[in-house]
Amino acid sequence: MFEDMQTVYIWIVLAPLIGAIIAGLFGKVVGRTGAHIAAIAGVAIAFILSLYVFKDIVIDGAQAFNGAVYTWLVSDGVRFEVGFLIDSLSAMMMVVVTFVSLMVHIYTIGYMKDDDGYQRFFSYIALFTFSMLMLVMSNNFLQLFFGWEAVGLVSYLLIGFWYKKPTAIYANLKAFLVNRVGDFGFLLGIAAVLMYFGSLDYATVFNNVDKVNNLTMSIIPNQDWSVITVICILLFIGAMGKSAQIPLHVWLPDSMEGPTPISALIHAATMVTAGIYMVARMSPLFELSTTALSFVMVIGATTALFMGMLGLVQNDIKRVIAYSTLSQLGYMTVALGASAYGAAVFHLMTHAFFKALLFLGAGAVIIAMHHEQDMRKMGGLRKYLPITWFTSMIGSLALIGTPGFAGFFSKDSIIEAVGHSTIPGASYAYFAVLAGVFITALYSFRLYFMVFHGKERMDEHTRSHLHEPSWVVTLPLILLAIPSVVIGYLYVDSMAFGNFFGDAIFVLPQHDVLGEVAKMFAGASSIAWAMMLHSVFTLPFWLAASGVATAWFLYMKRPDIPAVIQQRFSLIYTILINKYGFDRFNEIVFAGGSRAIGKICWRYFDVKLIDTFVINGSAKTVGWVSLILRRMQTGYLYTYAFAMIVGLCGLLLIFVYPLK
Amino acid sequence: MALSDYLIFSAILFSISVAGIFLNRKNVIIILMSIELMLLAVNTNFIAFSYYLGDVAGQVFVFFILTVAAAEAAIGLAILIVLFRNKRTIDVEELDSLNG
Amino acid sequence: MNPEINIAQYITYVFAAFSLASALMVITAKNPVQAALALVLTFFLSAGIWLTLEAEFLAITLVLVYVGAVMVLFLFVVMMLDINMAQLRAGFIRYLPIGLLVAVLLAVLLIMVVGPAHFGLEQFAAPTRHAADYSNVRELGRVMYTVYVYPFEIASVILLVAIIAAIALTLRRRPDTKRQDPTQQIAVKRADRMRVVDMKAEAKK
Repeated sequence: MFEDMQTVYIWIVLAPLIGAIIAGLFGKVVGRTGAHIAAIAGVAIAFILSLYVFKDIVIDGAQAFNGAVYTWLVSDGVRFEVGFLIDSLSAMMMVVVTFVSLMVHIYTIGYMKDDDGYQRFFSYIALFTFSMLMLVMSNNFLQLFFGWEAVGLVSYLLIGFWYKKPTAIYANLKAFLVNRVGDFGFLLGIAAVLMYFGSLDYATVFNNVDKVNNLTMSIIPNQDWSVITVICILLFIGAMGKSAQIPLHVWLPDSMEGPTPISALIHAATMVTAGIYMVARMSPLFELSTTALSFVMVIGATTALFMGMLGLVQNDIKRVIAYSTLSQLGYMTVALGASAYGAAVFHLMTHAFFKALLFLGAGAVIIAMHHEQDMRKMGGLRKYLPITWFTSMIGSLALIGTPGFAGFFSKDSIIEAVGHSTIPGASYAYFAVLAGVFITALYSFRLYFMVFHGKERMDEHTRSHLHEPSWVVTLPLILLAIPSVVIGYLYVDSMAFGNFFGDAIFVLPQHDVLGEVAKMFAGASSIAWAMMLHSVFTLPFWLAASGVATAWFLYMKRPDIPAVIQQRFSLIYTILINKYGFDRFNEIVFAGGSRAIGKICWRYFDVKLIDTFVINGSAKTVGWVSLILRRMQTGYLYTYAFAMIVGLCGLLLIFVYPLK
Repeated sequence: MALSDYLIFSAILFSISVAGIFLNRKNVIIILMSIELMLLAVNTNFIAFSYYLGDVAGQVFVFFILTVAAAEAAIGLAILIVLFRNKRTIDVEELDSLNG
Repeated sequence: MNPEINIAQYITYVFAAFSLASALMVITAKNPVQAALALVLTFFLSAGIWLTLEAEFLAITLVLVYVGAVMVLFLFVVMMLDINMAQLRAGFIRYLPIGLLVAVLLAVLLIMVVGPAHFGLEQFAAPTRHAADYSNVRELGRVMYTVYVYPFEIASVILLVAIIAAIALTLRRRPDTKRQDPTQQIAVKRADRMRVVDMKAEAKK
């Protein structure tokens, strides 16, 4: 079809960008319809071409493409390029990103139809698609960083989309600042890569990894650190910021201040998984450092368990899903730490579908409820919103890992892989992910029951207006529900356990936990069937089932009990409702500390040192010196002659008594 | 006679001319004469070195210095005359137009 | 020691002593005319010292050029200008201490540098005197017109510039001076000089 695949790659990236430019810069000219047609056309082109690339690379098994399309600059032998690395990993990411993005674009037509910033919104999400594609298609660290920052920028713009809302502005500033912390680590990591490898190109770096493997560096004297470990941990700090891992997770719940479609697209399905993608892409580096892998695993496990628990006490429908996202990102991170990169990326993909589905479902509920987000005012929506109810149920079932649904395969692969991991922290992580299963089931079905079942707690006016939103909202829900069910079954064999990613992911033989897991199912013709049959005898299944049962008991059978529990365990409840105090801690220590430092700097350094001493002081010194100099410039010959003679005497003195 | 004797002679001559500049700070004519004395001291140094080093090049330098000094004296005195014509004085302290 | 050289040495010392004394007179003289005359004396005596250093040509040049031309120019200017000496000498006593201090300090430092420790006979042995038929002028000329011929030409240009500059600076056209204009004199016509007047013959009384 296409002679030159490079052209295809370029158009995949450019189509959303052109759409964004048309919708953004010419929004007034093309109008609302024109804007969404331009943006959707751009993303649709990208999606179709991505499918073509996916077919070319994955199904037809074409050679992975790695090449530069544009050299930005060359400095001291280091080339800064725009280039594409298209292998099965990036092809898969491209399809996921463009598909979810396309769904969200269509959904947005319905969700944002009354908003003044309609064109702006389409411009932003198309721009986001462009940035995210640049990120996943990059073949070098610089372009990765560009995409990384660009998606961060769009995220910032979209969280603060309703810029007249103070909480939204607060949230986007917070997201921006917290991401700066992560990006600082990321940039340091990239700098370290450049310093030790002399190149920013993935292929070059990975080919030279042996040369750097045994190097050490000492940042603190007498403390030798492995260079690889330092690089990996720095890069992972970047991933922690973008993928919202503890303690840099604080921005993600607040990012729900943005419109729901972007919560689905950016803060659930795609952007926040950039960190996971990046670590998977860097697997040749991470594999060499068990320390870094342990660090990754412990951070991921902590996020998976403790962020899930926060979801139990939230009443805002979007925030529950946000904490669920944090928890699921934790699962992916744990998988990365366990060297189960395939499982992590697999979970990334399935999660993208069902979490986007859940968010869009929540968005549909919010539209139906006239922008009411409190679950305590919902209930019994099943009969008013049948499509939303059904798709949300599928999403929830996928999320908790019901056998057969997408989430089951990916999450079970991760749990099994962690169970087989032997690196430090693995047992803690195993406990955390198992406990997380119960928690996930509990909060997911708490949400489900509170929203769609039980007593109708909304007021009469709202109830009378309840109806299913238009087809642009429900169509994406249906289209996302399909992969949420089947994608796991279709790809678990190849992605998690097979050779789907080929050379894109590198695992040391001693870290090959997925291979160990696969041995359990040896002999079965299909791992997917074997897993489903096996699941009934495993702990995760019963934990999930008990989670659902608990949720049913607490929120359907005896809705009075949660309040009792809340009183009985008020200390734990307080801790959870305060989100473990991270926000407060940041507020007091970082924000307060920065303000205090700023005050000190202002009072002492700025006012005293700079204003008084440097600025006025230099002016005064100049005035004072020039006053003296003016006296010396008498204009009389003998004054100058005298100065010359004194200088001569000085020279002679130096000559007579040489300075030692 | 050692070379240092001649050098000391010209050093003293030079110092006297320096003192002359300071003492007659108002009188341009005496200052010009002091400068001639300085040049004389320098020339004496050149000739002494030329003699003791057996190199006639030093005398050539003196020749050129004499030429330039004569030119300088001629121009200097010409300026002095113009100055006197305009200001009716040769007092250096009156020549402070450049002093802001 | 050779008595002949001794005599030359004494002559040099005497010349030097008088030279310094007359230099002092230059800077302390109350009258600029006296100062100029003392300067002439200084140059004469220095020329004598130069003679003992076998720089005969330059010694004569010094006398001819400096004494004959430059000093006369000085005298000419001093006498031509109507100078108020009392006013010019004001402050002489006031600045005497600092002038002396600077001069003495400079002299002491210079002597420390150029004194016998650095330029004594040990470092620079006295050269043998040339024979009586040695011509300093010939030697100087030989170098001047070969190695230094271009600087020599440039020096002549400098002198020319000095002449032009001196004339240009001091040349002044007074409107009231009566001058002859040769161009006009040559271009004169009969009509300019002579007027033919018609008049009747007058009868002799």
